[in-house]
Amino acid sequence: MWAFIHKLGSPKWFYGISARMQPWFWIAAVLLIAVGSVWGLAFAPADYQQGNSFRIIYVHVPAAFLAQSIFVGLAVSGLVFLVWKIKVADMAAAVMAPLGAAMTFIALFSGAVWGVPTWGTWWMWDARLTSMLILLFLYLGVIALRGAFSSRDSGSRAASVLAMVGVINIPIIKYSVDWWYTLHQPASFTLTSRPSMPVDMWWPLLLMVLGFYCFFIALTLMRTRNEILRREASKRWVRDLAREEG
Amino acid sequence: MAFDSLNEFLQMGGHAPYVWAAWCVTAALMVGAVLHARFERRSLLRDLKRRERRAMSELSRNEVNEA
Repeated sequence: MWAFIHKLGSPKWFYGISARMQPWFWIAAVLLIAVGSVWGLAFAPADYQQGNSFRIIYVHVPAAFLAQSIFVGLAVSGLVFLVWKIKVADMAAAVMAPLGAAMTFIALFSGAVWGVPTWGTWWMWDARLTSMLILLFLYLGVIALRGAFSSRDSGSRAASVLAMVGVINIPIIKYSVDWWYTLHQPASFTLTSRPSMPVDMWWPLLLMVLGFYCFFIALTLMRTRNEILRREASKRWVRDLAREEG
Repeated sequence: MAFDSLNEFLQMGGHAPYVWAAWCVTAALMVGAVLHARFERRSLLRDLKRRERRAMSELSRNEVNEA
């Protein structure tokens, strides 16, 4: 187990294994998102109350899931980096944060746009919406804090600590719809219980959620490899790599 | 098919601005993220190669001088 973790932590080993894993996640992401989009946009039946505006769910829910999962990812990477000094964990955290911020923005934006025809307002200071907005600010804080130090290591440590503290917001987001009376509806998509929507609406949503997760993994692998090239530029194996490819 | 014609599909039952705004912003950000990552990789590799070439030519120059 420990040997495995340390092997995973070696940038050189990670660079090799991620090259082999990456194409599969890209293929899966493109297929799942393509099928899910066509199905969700054109074939799923219109909602009996919301009409066609419900089709926003197919970008809103996957983005919101990712926004929260990526923040948990930041906290776990931060812990792994602080406790075991594994550099790859910090590189992954550095590249995950902007994607998480983008997903949070997508969730907020698509939700606001969806709110206009559905609730008659694009924004309400209710618990779910407010806690998602806080998530966006936490992401921006983590990104800014990382860049605010003259030494990279200090920035990495500070960003890790903020991610570990900020992760408390994730259960608050998740349970906000149960704890408080909110305009936002409770979770309508779960894998553990029977879908509360018709299966023709549920299947494309499942494909989109899986597709977004594959997209996140593929992009994170790709950008972590970039980060390795950047930070390890003076290492022997990276220089050999540059010579071979050139 | 939930729609009878392409026109109907594009109009989304009167919800076109909402549906297409949400989808287009999502697509633009995701495609942009991929393009950015590809551009980043290419420019990093280019810099590495340039640096490596410079190191090699300096090495050979030193060898000539020593000889």
